[in-house]
Amino acid sequence: MQFASLSFILFAAITVLLYYTVPKKRQWWILLAASYLFYFAAGASYLLFILYTTLVTYLTARVLQKHADREDAYVRENRETLSQDARKAYRAMGKKRRFRILICGLILGFGLLAVIKYTAFALSGVNGILRLFTTAELSIPNLLLPLGISFYTFQSMGYLIDVCRKKCRAEQNIAKLALFVSYFPQLIQGPISRFSSLGEQLFVEHCFNGEEFRAGMLRVAWGFFKKLVVADTVAQGVKVLIAESGDFQGIYVFLLILLYSIQIYGDFTGGIDITIGLSRMLGIKLAENFDRPFSSTSTKEYWRRWHITMGSWFTDYVFYPLSVCKPMQKLSKSSRARLGEKLGKRIPVYLATIVTWFLTGLWHGAGWNFIVWGLLNCLVILVSQELTPLYHRFHARFPRLVVSAPWIHWQMIRTFLLMGLIRSLDCYRDVPKTFRLWGSMFTVFNAGELFHGGLTAFGLTVADWAVVLVGVLVIWQVSRIGKDKPFCDRIAKKPILCTALLCMTVFVVLVFGAYGIGYDASQFIYNQF
Amino acid sequence: MERLLAILKNMHPDVDFSGDQDLIADGILDSLDIVTLITEINAEFDVSIPAEEILPENFNSAKAIYNLIARLDEE
Repeated sequence: MQFASLSFILFAAITVLLYYTVPKKRQWWILLAASYLFYFAAGASYLLFILYTTLVTYLTARVLQKHADREDAYVRENRETLSQDARKAYRAMGKKRRFRILICGLILGFGLLAVIKYTAFALSGVNGILRLFTTAELSIPNLLLPLGISFYTFQSMGYLIDVCRKKCRAEQNIAKLALFVSYFPQLIQGPISRFSSLGEQLFVEHCFNGEEFRAGMLRVAWGFFKKLVVADTVAQGVKVLIAESGDFQGIYVFLLILLYSIQIYGDFTGGIDITIGLSRMLGIKLAENFDRPFSSTSTKEYWRRWHITMGSWFTDYVFYPLSVCKPMQKLSKSSRARLGEKLGKRIPVYLATIVTWFLTGLWHGAGWNFIVWGLLNCLVILVSQELTPLYHRFHARFPRLVVSAPWIHWQMIRTFLLMGLIRSLDCYRDVPKTFRLWGSMFTVFNAGELFHGGLTAFGLTVADWAVVLVGVLVIWQVSRIGKDKPFCDRIAKKPILCTALLCMTVFVVLVFGAYGIGYDASQFIYNQF
Repeated sequence: MERLLAILKNMHPDVDFSGDQDLIADGILDSLDIVTLITEINAEFDVSIPAEEILPENFNSAKAIYNLIARLDEE
């Protein structure tokens, strides 16, 4: 069942209706039943995988909690007899024990994801090496990739780490944990939630709130507008530009970068709007995943604003632990002694950044294009980090220029294009080919073709261009209005205006949306991750 | 506190850390800065800050960072 389908709208409507009609104590049962039904509709065999992750997460968290409680009780009971050093040593020992249990849970949890998602990639790498020496090859199994497995695995493993760190208590009811893992609106493309913020909300009783409901409905409609009117219209052109990349070089590569940026923004933020909007209709507030990313003035800022929950997951659970772990701090000390203060202190930070971005790339997919995508992002961030003193000097020299509107807009355009360029690795899915096509932007001078039918040569009609351009302007304006307070929240306070806007959005989606006969109801791009 | 302020000043010469800023929410300290700062603190104060202590409330101001160092030193 896809988000952008009539069956999903019907499914969501029935779920919301049942949710507010059953006794409030049972509301979470409705969500659990709906989540499993949703997942069952996507593929009955997928259920086995999500049940496995739920069970591993539940059991590991319970064991971790048992150990943490035992430690706390021991320290409490022996507070007066234990010296400070003895207490410290006992705590350190307990932490080590919990860490070992956590590692077992993480291996079991991530192990499934690794086997399913990366076996074929790893084996094709091995075959590549084997081909250098022999003709023998390993056969590559065609493994099924369950829907949303990366999202729910990361959410579950984040919960395990939080229990280990005593940031939240382990859930005792396995059905409740099953709901946290499988909550259907966010199951297939996030946001990746934390148990401390989502867990409680899923299980408490929710009364119907008209204003929240209206804000949620408007957000859902807005998501459909972004997805069906803008992203899926652009998708038709992007598909041709990628499939026939041999014919579409030079200026068309630049065009692809622009169009794919629009497509992925409409697709991903549209999907998240539907997820967050539907949750608000149920009285549940999910974490925001985007904060006007295309108005970022630097790569670092862009990654604080784009796919926020994934970024914070990697920062909190990979980057920080890796950077501050004892071996890394030892490395820092020794590299300072050997390489000098300035360079030495950078080693652990940069090493952790490289590993984090490598894993971020790998999370997006099992392919060299994703790994190169991650490492290129890392390179840009590290280079800009190295250039920071230069930026400071420039800011001090031209204080008025750096706060002027033209300069800020230049920075925004530069960041947008740079991120778009790196993102095009996701389109061509072949690293050497992508590099060749990037090169063609500087060697094939065919910009003139755009004024002689080039703009409509890859599946987009003049009407499509008009829809996309107006759509982008509307999205930009709504995002500007919602800078301080989300647009839907402002409108939801005015019921008549909200209803009128809702009807208008639905009408626009029905008239201009890319669906109907001949339309390939494409999945959301992030479903495949 | 002076030693901590000197480390922070060295990282961001343009920021006055003696005030009550919101260093995380205002984007003055990002994740790279925080890790660099932890490495410096480790070397200067001989205190290791574990990953679970890297929370906005512990790094929001120079005072909060100093309190964190003092607490971890005592523990």
